[in-house]
Amino acid sequence: MLKIKNLHASVADKSILRGINLEIKPGEVHAIMGPNGSGKSTLASVIAGKEDYEVTDGEIFFEGEDINEFAPEERAHKGVFLSFQYPVEIPGVSVTNFMKTAINETRKAKGLEDMPAKDMLKLIREKAELLEIDRKFLSRSLNEGFSGGEKKRNEIFQMAMLEPKLAILDETDSGLDIDALRIVANGVNKLKNKDNAVLLITHYQRLLDYIVPDYVHVLYKGKIVKSGTKELAHELEAKGYDWIKEEVNI
Amino acid sequence: MDLKEKLISSFWAFENHQDEDSYLHKIRTEAIKSFEDKGFPSKKEEAWKYTSLNSILKNDYSVFPKQENAIEYNDVKKYFIHDIDTYKIVFIDGKYSSHLSQTTHDGMDICLMSSALTKPKYRILIENYFNKIAQNDSLTSLNTAFSSEGAYIHIPKNKMVAKPIQIIHLSTGNESAIMLQPRNLIVVDENSHLQIIERHQSLTDNPVLTNSVTEIFVNKRAIVDYYKIQNDNTNASLIDNSYINQKQGSICSVHTFAFGGKLTRNNLNFYQQGERINSTLKGITIIGDKQHVDHNTLVHHTEPNCESHQDYKGVYGENSTGVFNGQILVDKKAQKTNAFQSNKNILISDKATINTKPQLEIFADDVKCSHGCTIGQLDESALFYLRSRGIPEKEAKALLMYAFSNNVLNSVQIPEIKNRINKIIANKLGVDIGFDL
Repeated sequence: MLKIKNLHASVADKSILRGINLEIKPGEVHAIMGPNGSGKSTLASVIAGKEDYEVTDGEIFFEGEDINEFAPEERAHKGVFLSFQYPVEIPGVSVTNFMKTAINETRKAKGLEDMPAKDMLKLIREKAELLEIDRKFLSRSLNEGFSGGEKKRNEIFQMAMLEPKLAILDETDSGLDIDALRIVANGVNKLKNKDNAVLLITHYQRLLDYIVPDYVHVLYKGKIVKSGTKELAHELEAKGYDWIKEEVNI
Repeated sequence: MDLKEKLISSFWAFENHQDEDSYLHKIRTEAIKSFEDKGFPSKKEEAWKYTSLNSILKNDYSVFPKQENAIEYNDVKKYFIHDIDTYKIVFIDGKYSSHLSQTTHDGMDICLMSSALTKPKYRILIENYFNKIAQNDSLTSLNTAFSSEGAYIHIPKNKMVAKPIQIIHLSTGNESAIMLQPRNLIVVDENSHLQIIERHQSLTDNPVLTNSVTEIFVNKRAIVDYYKIQNDNTNASLIDNSYINQKQGSICSVHTFAFGGKLTRNNLNFYQQGERINSTLKGITIIGDKQHVDHNTLVHHTEPNCESHQDYKGVYGENSTGVFNGQILVDKKAQKTNAFQSNKNILISDKATINTKPQLEIFADDVKCSHGCTIGQLDESALFYLRSRGIPEKEAKALLMYAFSNNVLNSVQIPEIKNRINKIIANKLGVDIGFDL
């Protein structure tokens, strides 16, 4: 589904990603861990198409197509979704109207008619229930005045609405208390099936107790320096990142 | 003959038919002399530095329209707020249309300036209020000299007026170019509550120049909400001179929605005379093409413990130009004044211009006054967020501009106006807002 080859990216001439190789197949859950500043969020943003980053070398294939030149919205239409580490507050646009616009624009890109209002409302209700989101919440301005937990839950609600093929969850666990973490993880697990994939980006192993990865990768200085299974995450939790840094620096 | 000469000679032709001893004759003749001395404002004057009237003064305007014109309500219904019951004072080419209007004398007067200026029963009120707060700058003087028609509204004390009043000016284009000078007087007595909607609409592309003057007296503890909808054709220009006098404990808000017209100048002046007064001035400007909108505001605080809130937002596209000039005066006596002013602008074209100038003159030492103005582009991180959800760049920008401007609507008290303005904004920006939960 996603194939990244020798990806190099920089922002304002500062090189951040230095040769990433990664392949994600349908049905898989991958986790990327690593110390601060290793390039985890950059990788997420580059896959989603943020224009601040310049891809200086390498390729990103999604469903066999080179998406490097694609606009963020085109990637979204193909089925890439990024759950933001810091969702942006947009006063004046309600959650509902935002979702309606996002869904209908995606349908338009696929040559489909707008979703009938009745179906839209039904879908919104269904997905809101999945994430235990109150109805009143949906008419509020997008992310405005939301708590950290509400913002993250709202991100997964959007994911549930858009049903992407590849969901990249950037630090979705940060700022969540244990109940919110359970709700969010439960939502992700319910949406997971054999045809879609999840890329988790996290500092901590905690999230991986709820959303169990098939593969764990360690990102350090812009490269994946170690890959393994979920046991690797436990090892990192117990031993920290220093031993990996030492291995790499040798 | 240029427009100034034409106006002056037309004035004397008109005024010579009037009773020379009358109270109004004196006011009018003084006013035309004031206009004759000053002439139309030019860019040399500080208050007109960024707004030139030259392009609109060169048309050969009819000053007194010749014929009366009939219009069917259904043809102009869309310019009214028609989903609620309202009083209506409607003018077609400057002349009152009884057919389209709905006025009253039942316990209050919602009627015509022409009656108020000529009938003896209104004489005391006219002498107490007419031309008492309107200034003698050239354009206001010009209007005063020609003042004969407009809305006259007097609400006696302790009255909650259940229906809003719509003051609508339509121009038919039957004259090749027309100049209109409506004159409104609104007096709201103690504890009364009134809502007004004002709109000027040209029905063709023939040039229209409106030089309007409105005096509003908000007496003790009265509440007035005023909404100005400015969404006219590209050959219609409006100079709106509004003067508001507020007494102790009163609340007055004016919302100005400037979406169109060739040139729009809003001179909005609040004079506070009493304690615990609250004044609100809000505006949304969304223009493009070669349109020009100028908001020139004044709030004069003269007594302690009063507030004023100004919040103006603008989105300027193509070759449009905007001006915001916000003056706040706080007299030495006006301690504990809270005065806020904010003017935020987004330029969506390299050729659009905005000139924004806050002007605070504070003579009291125990006050809270703040002002801020920003001129910027759209937030890039917000844009990426929307695009990452599949909303294309153009639509995402439109949605952000919609969001930027529409929160000014929070203080609008009439839901139908909020809906209408929301729709106009969405339409201007090409956003499909669809439904809400």
